[in-house]
Amino acid sequence: MRQASPVLAVRGATKRFGGLVAVNAMDFDVAEHQVMGLIGPNGSGKSTTLNLISGALPLTAGTISLRGTPISGLPAQTITRKGVSRTFQLVRLLPSMTVLDNVVAGAVFGHRRLWGAEARAQAETLLERVGLGGQGHLPVGQLTYIDTKRVELARTLAGDPKLLLLDEWLAGLNPTELQIGIDLIRSLRDEGRTIILVEHVMDAIRSLCDRCVVMAAGTKIAEGTPAEVLSDAEVIRAYLGDDDA
Amino acid sequence: MDILITGLLLGGTYALIAVGLNLQYGVARIMNLANGEMLVAGGFVAFWLYTAGQTSPLLTVFLVAPVAFALNWLIYRFMLQPLVKRSKTRGQLETDSILATFGLSFVGVGLMLAAFGGDYFSYSFLAVPVEIFGDSYGANRVASFVAAVVICGALYLWLNQSRAGLAIRAVATAPASARLVGIDVRHLAAIAFALGGAVTAVGGALISTYLTLDASTGVVFTLKALIIVIMGGVGDVRGTILAALLLGIVETAVASLIDPGLTLAAAYILFLGVLLFRPQGLFGKAPT
Amino acid sequence: MTLTASDLRNLVLAALALAVCALLPFGGSGYWLGIGVTIVMFTALATSWALFSGPTHYISLATAAFFGVGTYVTGLGFEVLPFWSLIGIAGLIGAVLAALVGFATLRLSGVYFVIFTLGLAELVRQVITWGQNMTGQRGLYVLTDITEAGIYWWLLGLSAAVYLGGWLIGRSRLGFALRIIGDDETVAAHSGINTAFAKVMLFMVPGAVAAMTGAILAPRYVYIEPSLAFAPILSFQVVIMALLGGASRLWGPLVGVIPFTLLLESISSNFPNQTTLVLGVAFLVIVYFLPRGFVGLLEDARGGLRKRAGGMA
Repeated sequence: MRQASPVLAVRGATKRFGGLVAVNAMDFDVAEHQVMGLIGPNGSGKSTTLNLISGALPLTAGTISLRGTPISGLPAQTITRKGVSRTFQLVRLLPSMTVLDNVVAGAVFGHRRLWGAEARAQAETLLERVGLGGQGHLPVGQLTYIDTKRVELARTLAGDPKLLLLDEWLAGLNPTELQIGIDLIRSLRDEGRTIILVEHVMDAIRSLCDRCVVMAAGTKIAEGTPAEVLSDAEVIRAYLGDDDA
Repeated sequence: MDILITGLLLGGTYALIAVGLNLQYGVARIMNLANGEMLVAGGFVAFWLYTAGQTSPLLTVFLVAPVAFALNWLIYRFMLQPLVKRSKTRGQLETDSILATFGLSFVGVGLMLAAFGGDYFSYSFLAVPVEIFGDSYGANRVASFVAAVVICGALYLWLNQSRAGLAIRAVATAPASARLVGIDVRHLAAIAFALGGAVTAVGGALISTYLTLDASTGVVFTLKALIIVIMGGVGDVRGTILAALLLGIVETAVASLIDPGLTLAAAYILFLGVLLFRPQGLFGKAPT
Repeated sequence: MTLTASDLRNLVLAALALAVCALLPFGGSGYWLGIGVTIVMFTALATSWALFSGPTHYISLATAAFFGVGTYVTGLGFEVLPFWSLIGIAGLIGAVLAALVGFATLRLSGVYFVIFTLGLAELVRQVITWGQNMTGQRGLYVLTDITEAGIYWWLLGLSAAVYLGGWLIGRSRLGFALRIIGDDETVAAHSGINTAFAKVMLFMVPGAVAAMTGAILAPRYVYIEPSLAFAPILSFQVVIMALLGGASRLWGPLVGVIPFTLLLESISSNFPNQTTLVLGVAFLVIVYFLPRGFVGLLEDARGGLRKRAGGMA
């Protein structure tokens, strides 16, 4: 909110699947160094919005720009190279490769394209960063659930993205792991990374997000600090239903 | 006009073969590249029964259908289901089933070569002209077409009206959800595969009344059936029938206007056009 | 990138093996030279096939189409141009044709690709036959002074080039990109890989190699006609040999080529009518018993040994 040009600007982003409008005229900005939470009940279109930003799905209408340059309509690989990197709702690793090679993949083809020893060094550093230092030689099939999430995060970071998209990265973790996960994301935030977080875990949202956009039925229904939106009457109604409002 | 009707008559039988393949691919998720050999085998039986016992191919069909059904059921149950079980991804099943059915196809050709030799076989059944709109056509072609229409129509009604048909369509659309509502997916996939094989073999018996076949022509029919299925849209019976009729007409037009040697080339150009511009099939909805 | 000591050792060993292979024509046996030609031909074809199909899992049956185009390049040009330039031209045409096919079909699912490549040889064959009918020709005589030994050396050189190229690709960004695509195409795209471009680039390799192989072998046929040059069985043989050996390693296909060539050779001289049956059985054996080829068998054996050794320690 300090600077004029946002890292990401979403204007009128709309996605229709046949007759179903999954995302309806979404507008929001993400500023530099900001962690933005994208929250809402199941099926409200959060993940679809993320898919629109990352280029996994084409937009039906609207534009998305990265630092003032439109990226909507570009294929996923081009958007990644421009500096938008993501994790997946269901963790996706490269099963035939080692932990290290999974991360090297992100370093070699991402926003900053490294190769050879440089890419390996970058990958080693990031594994250290996410808490998997020295585990690079393991095949990914032997990892615990949270470690697969760590590898995916390291791969995403390896290309040195300007904008990080985390799709329910904390989902499915037990309480201990959850605390580790939250601390990890907080350390990214302290590094000054710009992040969009699709998340259900309210503790994480409260402690990590600078700002939140709340979606319901494909539409933005509220925007503000976590404290503001979580006390908003319409947000409560969206989560809990009409009777409780 | 002449081209149009000859093309439609040919397309009718193509439709039968392609509906058979579509049942196998759409429901059992096996791209059966040995489909053409089943067709040729059906043709062989018709040929043999006609030359040896003067049995009308239109009656042979009633023998071919149950035998082919049983044979395909066994193939699915004992050769393909293990692949379905062992494959972790759709892509792996696809690769495995392509290789396995190619293997079956070669084995089929090899066995038929061993049993009947490499000769062409043809016989003269109902080779009398029938007049339609002032032009004459072989009665065998017309009879095959009528039989194909009856069978396709019956299948279509069965799939859309009966309870079993509904279950099969459910498996085709969403196998995982079908399991949840208590449909035995494995059993139905085997039935659909067997039914598809039976329909194809019947198509082979019918087509042998007016086309010359030999042990190794199967692959040509497999190719045509695949092209039709992809043009018409996987799992779409109406689309398949329309695409088959279209292919029949285009082939006949190319054969009579340019060169009979170019029929498969024509089918391919059509296929390429579909791949480039409508990969979801001619009548399929655009993916979103 | 720098070469490690083991890289260097492998290169020296490969060069030695190549030199030994190059001596075969001096052995004086026409029969074994003929088999040698078949083996190096299939080595070039199957290895380049596996370069593409190994990582991407797309099954290409276009070998016969590219091969046939190559034979026709020699057939039409041998009177005007030197032989070596024809091989180059064939390679270029093969690569361009592969790029066109790739752009049309590689963004779609594997089944479409198989079907399209299967029909490609038939499509080109029908068009050439039709062209010949129009001009009243039947086939082409390819009368050159190139000997069987010459063909053997050309093919050996081509195989060596395929190995070198495959080794270099394996160490390149392209090779790494293809391994990622083979694992998970969505991840590949979201890691910044232009998946369609990478696949098309790599598909041009078997296209070019098959066309060059065809160009080199044309003089052996003396008389070429479409049904000979575009025989679809070639595509299937290449697939079987590559998968039988194992497409996951550069040297894998070679392990399949040698035994299968010898097997087919003995079958076709003893039971000429049963070759189709043998091919069919080979496919089934691969799917049901050797899904990763001989390479997989070797690796399992080695893994098992290591495990047992570890258990004892």
